Amino acid sequence: MADHLLEVRNLSVTFHTVRGPVHAVRNVSWHLDRGEVLAILGESGSGKSVSASAIMDLIDCPPGQITSGELLFEGRDLLKMGREERRDINGKRIAMIFQDPLSHLNPVYTVGWQIEETMVIHGTPRARARAETLALLAKVGIPNPGQSAHKYPHQFSGGQRQRLMIAMALALRPDILIADEPTTALDVTVQAQILDLLEKLQAETGMGLLLITHDLGVVAEVADRVVVMNGGEIVEQGSAAQVYANPQHPYTARLIAAAPGKGEMPPDRAPAPPLLAVSGLCKRYGEFTALEGADFALAEGETLAIVGESGSGKSTLAKCLLRLDEPTGGQALYKGADLFRLSPKDLFRMRRDIQMVFQDPTQSLNPRMSVYDLISEAWVIHPEILPRAQWKARAAGLLAQVGLLPEHMHRYAHQFSGGQRQRIAIARALALEPRVIICDEAVSALDVSIQAQVIELLADLRRRFGLSYIFIAHDLPVVRDFADRVIVMQGGRIVEQGSVRQIFDAPRETYTKNLLAASLDPDPAVQAARREARHAAKVPA
Amino acid sequence: MRKFLTRRAVASAVSLLVLIVMVFFLSRLTGDPTQLYLPVDASLEARENFRNLHGLNDPLIVQFGRYVGDLLTLDFGDSIRKSRPALDVVIEAFKWTLTLALITMVLVSFAAIVFGALAAFNVGGVFDRIATFFSLIGASAPDFWIAIVAIVLFSVNLGWLPTSGTGTLWHWILPIAVLFIRPFGLILQVVRGSMITALSSPYVKTARAKGVRPRPVIFVHALRNGMLPVITVIGDQAAGMLNGAVVVESIFGFPGVGKLMIDSILQRDFAVVLAAIMVTAFAIFLMNILIDIAYAVLDPRIRY
Repeated sequence: MADHLLEVRNLSVTFHTVRGPVHAVRNVSWHLDRGEVLAILGESGSGKSVSASAIMDLIDCPPGQITSGELLFEGRDLLKMGREERRDINGKRIAMIFQDPLSHLNPVYTVGWQIEETMVIHGTPRARARAETLALLAKVGIPNPGQSAHKYPHQFSGGQRQRLMIAMALALRPDILIADEPTTALDVTVQAQILDLLEKLQAETGMGLLLITHDLGVVAEVADRVVVMNGGEIVEQGSAAQVYANPQHPYTARLIAAAPGKGEMPPDRAPAPPLLAVSGLCKRYGEFTALEGADFALAEGETLAIVGESGSGKSTLAKCLLRLDEPTGGQALYKGADLFRLSPKDLFRMRRDIQMVFQDPTQSLNPRMSVYDLISEAWVIHPEILPRAQWKARAAGLLAQVGLLPEHMHRYAHQFSGGQRQRIAIARALALEPRVIICDEAVSALDVSIQAQVIELLADLRRRFGLSYIFIAHDLPVVRDFADRVIVMQGGRIVEQGSVRQIFDAPRETYTKNLLAASLDPDPAVQAARREARHAAKVPA
Repeated sequence: MRKFLTRRAVASAVSLLVLIVMVFFLSRLTGDPTQLYLPVDASLEARENFRNLHGLNDPLIVQFGRYVGDLLTLDFGDSIRKSRPALDVVIEAFKWTLTLALITMVLVSFAAIVFGALAAFNVGGVFDRIATFFSLIGASAPDFWIAIVAIVLFSVNLGWLPTSGTGTLWHWILPIAVLFIRPFGLILQVVRGSMITALSSPYVKTARAKGVRPRPVIFVHALRNGMLPVITVIGDQAAGMLNGAVVVESIFGFPGVGKLMIDSILQRDFAVVLAAIMVTAFAIFLMNILIDIAYAVLDPRIRY
């Protein structure tokens, strides 16, 4: 058998934790060849990043322990090499980029210095490294390389930071690039550019690219082959197209089925009197205008999605509606009163009606309060809702409604999984019997299968209680499945609004079109066709 | 930066002014200055002469104006004890204290940063145990006790070092060693904690993935990030020492500001006390600005 560029054989890694040993991966085997893109697909906790960490010698022992297996790089086992030899390979032969480029770049050194360092520690003279850094910056599309090299990471945008990481990783033309969720923290249009860049650089250097991701769309866009992981084991591997079209393992089939954006879009709703009518909403922070002249209405029982990229003003809008942040101008009529001019007493009453569910339940739920405390606090603050004697029963009822076991109400948030925590946050919001729930990226941090369940729960609550949602999201497929109407925002302004069908089937604005075009379809065949079309469009130009 | 420094200077000038007002009125609240400045058996005539001479019969506001005017010309009056301008006496003592504080703080900072960083790199290892040991001693043993034990052991019993006073380099060793222990334990713990955070940060992972060796990972990548909370504590400790290491200076007969202040208070040399307060206040104000500058130098995200 011919040697692969990189081959992982029967790798098992165990982490020793206070709660006992955790088998992060068990008997994992896969291989990567030159010029190939291999994706490792899995949800959180599937162990998809562990083999990459093992290859880069990033597993700390203790608590980690590689209990069995071989990591063959050009036929030699990395695990049998000394520390020194492995450091020579890291960065030079095998390089890695990570999910969140801001925290993975050292904040106190210039980006030029950090890119140079990769070369200098592997023996390139400082002066040559400096010259090559400028060439690299130009290659990954950083404007003004000369000046940019002297800037610090925080002075770049998210997409540029990932470009900087790529420049740093590719400085020594490694044989293998490992990319761990390289586009997860980025906006869709930026994601498309980064994937494009990686593809271009790979074609140029012929390196092997190992892509770790949870996103079927990313797999469809770039991967040749895919390894699907679940619970520390490989459940399936094969070509990306084959795995998508004909999944062999029930887990893969479930994962593909859970991918949003394929269902029937809801029919357009008949015009209804607005429950909430916002006009001319503005928010300025000093000189900076975060939100300008926002006009929209929300009807009873309607789901209004607000989509846009980071910095478009979607979260500012939500915070202004709840008066968590004071708007600079405009009005918001709710039940005949202007939310922005309520007296403190009326504002207190209004807060019962409009509730919020945040993106990260780990941070939005107080870790020192039990689930019962979190839910019943609503009734402590608004005692008119429920007499004390009924609190226990109602809390149990709410937990059952969101699909949790009522007997778990004395547990704390950290004892639940991410999806369960978001259910707790929803139960907490429901305790106040609100009319409107604002979900600020409420399902963005969840795995697709969990995401689908939470969306199902929200839809069910909408049917049962006639709730209205303002659903803030950057993920278009989820919006397509769940919303009735969509607002598209860019740079603090609403650029387009309409029904889901109108926005997704017949977008009017260029920005909306670009946003939709950049969104990745989980089907490799669809993505291949789109790429074909893109390349065809580029050639005449 | 210049704007920030100006703003800082103005703010500090206001605090200094408040301090001046407080010192003036508090010293007047302690009673008739002639009771303080003149011997108990001084005659009424002598007291009246003293009042006229120092303008103590003028309205309080006039006295205050004169007092501030003198301050602006850096005239604190003469030391009664030494019959020399109080400021000269204080500055002479301050030089000693400054030297002592500077040497001690440089040694403490260097040692604490190196030991703390190494302790953080290998939690539970040798350096970590040294760190825990010194922090415990620093936190639990009072410095006057350590000072006395050190004199008994090294000066009296072993006869290696002088018991007190100044003159040779040997005289510096015990005061520095005793002053060293408490801040060393404290700063060590802060360095250790902040380095544990820095070493587990994503950018350190990036450095390791680049193939950076352990020593530069600790001392280049993590240390500069881990230094910010440390700077604050170092500044706080240094301020304490500038204020006069009263106990240590007194025990070792070290002619610094701390000892000078105690002696002057005991001997009612108020001109010297005032001058000493103003000089140390000014020094601490300068040091705070240095700390702010150090912050901005270490962390490019901080800009004033």
